[in-house]
Amino acid sequence: MSGYSITEPSARQKWIAGTLVILYAVITLLPLAWILMTGFKSSADSISYPPKVLFEPSLEGYVNLFTTRTRQTPEYLASLPPAETWYDELVRSKDMVIAGPSRYGERFLNSVIIGFGSTFLSIFLGTLAAYAFSRFKVPLKDDLLFFILSTRMMPPIAVAIPIFLMYRSLGLSDTHLGMILLYTAVNISLAVWLLKGFIDEIPREYEEAALIDGYTRFQAFRKVVLPQAATGIASTAIFCLIFAWNEYAFAVLLTSGTAQTAPPFIPTIIGVGGQDWPAVAAGASLFLLPVMIFTILLRKHLLRGITFGAVRK
Amino acid sequence: MSDTPIDRVARATPIPVARRIRGFSDRTIAWIFVAPTIFLLLAINIFPLIWTINLSFTDFRANRPNREVEYIGLENYRRILTDGDIWLTMQATAHFLFWTIALQVLIGFTLAWLINRKFRGNDLWTTLIVLPMMLSPAVVGNFWTFLYQPQIGLFNYVVEFFSGIPASSFQMIGDVRLAPWSIVIVDTWMWSPFVMLICLAGLRSIPDYIYEAAEIDRASKWRQFWTITVPMVLPFLMLAVLFRGIENFKMFDLVVELTGGGPGSVTEVTSINLKREAFEKWRTGYASAYAIILFVTVFGLASIYVKALNKVKER
Repeated sequence: MSGYSITEPSARQKWIAGTLVILYAVITLLPLAWILMTGFKSSADSISYPPKVLFEPSLEGYVNLFTTRTRQTPEYLASLPPAETWYDELVRSKDMVIAGPSRYGERFLNSVIIGFGSTFLSIFLGTLAAYAFSRFKVPLKDDLLFFILSTRMMPPIAVAIPIFLMYRSLGLSDTHLGMILLYTAVNISLAVWLLKGFIDEIPREYEEAALIDGYTRFQAFRKVVLPQAATGIASTAIFCLIFAWNEYAFAVLLTSGTAQTAPPFIPTIIGVGGQDWPAVAAGASLFLLPVMIFTILLRKHLLRGITFGAVRK
Repeated sequence: MSDTPIDRVARATPIPVARRIRGFSDRTIAWIFVAPTIFLLLAINIFPLIWTINLSFTDFRANRPNREVEYIGLENYRRILTDGDIWLTMQATAHFLFWTIALQVLIGFTLAWLINRKFRGNDLWTTLIVLPMMLSPAVVGNFWTFLYQPQIGLFNYVVEFFSGIPASSFQMIGDVRLAPWSIVIVDTWMWSPFVMLICLAGLRSIPDYIYEAAEIDRASKWRQFWTITVPMVLPFLMLAVLFRGIENFKMFDLVVELTGGGPGSVTEVTSINLKREAFEKWRTGYASAYAIILFVTVFGLASIYVKALNKVKER
């Protein structure tokens, strides 16, 4: 902005506002920093008092996260051949041997499969529906849109009872497909509303020109509307992905083994005598970091998306 | 673009006619595009809802599928509405709702107002503040139980550091009086940024010329704040409250992992109570009636609220 403006805050005002906001940010980020730090603490450091800010980094938490271990007598450990890998050695220094891999890898992979699967499906169906709502006279349009939105007001537990029964009889309990369909159903209302907003912004004249040039509706949709809506579709996809990634209620009620995602699994990571906090923190770090990085890198689109979506509704 | 007579005819041709000649009509396409979404929602949202309504009139128990199911009319509803424990649950939920919304509005609006001072780097700091709300409430909630540990937790240590109250003298999660606040604190930490973002959208929607006009009229900053800023942001703020209200009425994951509804049942908000009835006591029919009552309550309150919101917008 050039020149003097009476609505522009003074330098002093900016300085005070900036300091307060940064102070708040530092406080609010402390728990997250603590998660990342605890993942690299040894179990002794993690439970010391006063809490340690400076500590010798250890990979114990990460090793414990990915393995299951059994406690052994020192005599047995001494009888073993020398440890082959650094993690074997680390585990043996705690009087234990590695018994096998833990289930964290599988659970994480389930989160990836279900997250991406449901995001793809929500965006695919959502874009089609949003385009139709944006461009055509759909009978009962407002009622349908409200119906789509109102499905979000139901507490997940309320829907979980019949879905539990339905999935049990259809054999969809604890399957990837079942969870993908379920998360798609939850996400699609947000997807339709957000995407409709983005498609509304694309001038109709583009498609009409394409139609006159001999394109069919499908071609116009694919070659004119989709490229124009790409940014909107991408930011909607991120929202759907984050929702599916974080979802807990359905996951904890409807999955227990093969299709269980990471959120219900991470809190169940236990060590000897209670929760193994470095391992829990390591698991949480790996699970939360992708979202944090995404949020920071894609902040322009995301922040617009949150308010846009909210204000639209 | 060349402007031959053919072009002019093409442009003058009514578009619906042009479309009908090639392939599907718009109406057909509209249905092809909308149908899968509607079908999915019917199958996974509406059909289950109808099933829940049906179950709510029975004494069905999902852990005994072979037992004969009896229709008992409105008995489940009568039992719920006269059950004292449900009212305790409602009180826990009301406490949680009231304080989270009050604190989030206060913090969210203040932050938005500060960020709107447009200091340098404000968008990066905004993003960092937003981080907690993007994360999994269950995973983060579980980690907060570690922060709340009386002997070793960071939260208790910080409290001791600033107030002198010994860290091991209080238990945020274990104490009946403090547990309701432990969930309020974490929820406020997570979701104040959401209110902030929506308020920020509201603040940025106020055109500068209104303030300029007020300045010319020599309205004080204080007066400008109450007569311009607050009324213009109010519809946005009310929308944020609506979303937080609905979300927190449904609250499950964060509280389950933080307190599990305990100690006793002081933090047993409605969703947790419902989960216990449905998936621990397996009183499926009873829980279904409970779910319907909750749904009707949310829907009813939200509709009334939206009416009020529209009135504010019209002003």
